[in-house]
Amino acid sequence: MTTFPGQVGALLWKDLLVELRTREILGGMVVFALLVLVIFNFAFDLRVDNVGGVAPGVLWVAFTFAGILGLGRSFIQEKDGGALDGLLAAPIDRGAIYLAKLLGNLLFMTVVEAIALPVFISFFNFGRITLELALIVFLGTVGFAAVGTLFSAMAANTRAREVMLPIMIFPISVPVVIASVEATALALGGSPFAQSLGWIELLVAFDLIFGILCFVVFDFVVEE
Amino acid sequence: MSVTSLPLADRQKETPSRTMAWYDWALAVATFVSFPAALYGAFVYAPTEAVQGDVQRIFYFHVPIAWLMYLSFFVVFVASILYLWKRGDQWDRLARCSAEIGVVFTTLVLITGMLWGRPIWGIWWTWDARLTSTLILWAIYVVYLMLRAYSDDRARGARYGAVLGIIGFADVPIVQMSVTWWRTIHPQPVISLEGNENLPPQMLFAMLVSLVAFTLFYVFVMRQRLRIESLKGEIEEIEQLQESER
Repeated sequence: MTTFPGQVGALLWKDLLVELRTREILGGMVVFALLVLVIFNFAFDLRVDNVGGVAPGVLWVAFTFAGILGLGRSFIQEKDGGALDGLLAAPIDRGAIYLAKLLGNLLFMTVVEAIALPVFISFFNFGRITLELALIVFLGTVGFAAVGTLFSAMAANTRAREVMLPIMIFPISVPVVIASVEATALALGGSPFAQSLGWIELLVAFDLIFGILCFVVFDFVVEE
Repeated sequence: MSVTSLPLADRQKETPSRTMAWYDWALAVATFVSFPAALYGAFVYAPTEAVQGDVQRIFYFHVPIAWLMYLSFFVVFVASILYLWKRGDQWDRLARCSAEIGVVFTTLVLITGMLWGRPIWGIWWTWDARLTSTLILWAIYVVYLMLRAYSDDRARGARYGAVLGIIGFADVPIVQMSVTWWRTIHPQPVISLEGNENLPPQMLFAMLVSLVAFTLFYVFVMRQRLRIESLKGEIEEIEQLQESER
């Protein structure tokens, strides 16, 4: 059998191919993220005087809500097609399944963010996308996707699965949301990098701890 | 058919969980004696606080309940690890029952905290670090119970519960850290309650009595809850046996 990276690559390629052929997930996520930006513009009546305080939160609500859409499909798709059993019966490492799904979800969310972030910047008149902002978005997304991928596998096997996924993810990912929003606000406000460094460190810590923890416990979620 | 009916008859004779053992009775007596003592300590023995007045007496219940909240969720965490490691149903039952009690205690912490906050701070709720992190803790374990309820397969529900029990508890310190940073960056709207380092000995003693009472209560309720669970398991087994005999 192929090596561990080979397995991850094959599984990731399979997911990308499925998405390229069905186009079920990505388009919906992008449109949804853009709509969230528009809806929040009405909800908060964003003007020049309050946009700095509210906009970072709006951005992360758009990212996480769109992320939930993608994460929800990630395992439900496998289960509904009966492909999950095949996947588990295949002579591959269970960890490879988690890692491939995580990378796939990360990729989908990154594509959504790559489209929604420039739109957000221009809608709300923030200068330009800095490297710092890109780093914050990436780190926040990794943490969110790490716990989200694990919970997606759990939610797929429970009743009321569309409800279970978000209510499992949101309380656990509170640190990610707080750190991402605060760091984004600092970055958009033009504060020096040193100020948001504490939040970035928190994101890195969360990503590492929960990346490893979810990878380890994933075996228990899919064993049967 | 006598092969299957024999263990059934045996089972009916010797079920350890059918009646309460002597130490459970002792625990029950200790619990129900210690609560009047805790009430006496809180309302009569402890001196009235100079600044807050009688309102402060809720402290003798609020703090022990908060301590039990953390204890319950720590038990969930340890039992979850043991379940995934050793695979005994008793660990799963322990985790689930402790989560139930923990959610009750967390709800009580939030309620007693709000009752305390209203006269002292003038508001029911503020997004202070401790309040916020307690609310998130409550949400995590309510979701834990929902996850258990929504899992059709029992073994699978146990595994999922254990996974969430571990992830959820690992999240607690990170939630607290992030919420504390979040609040210290923003202006602090209220005075922190952390002025209790020089607690008079009488107040400390009343609090400790209450702590003992609530801890006994936790152990007692837990043991009764576990007994009910194992009885439920027995009933299921007996029903299955009867089913197969038919």
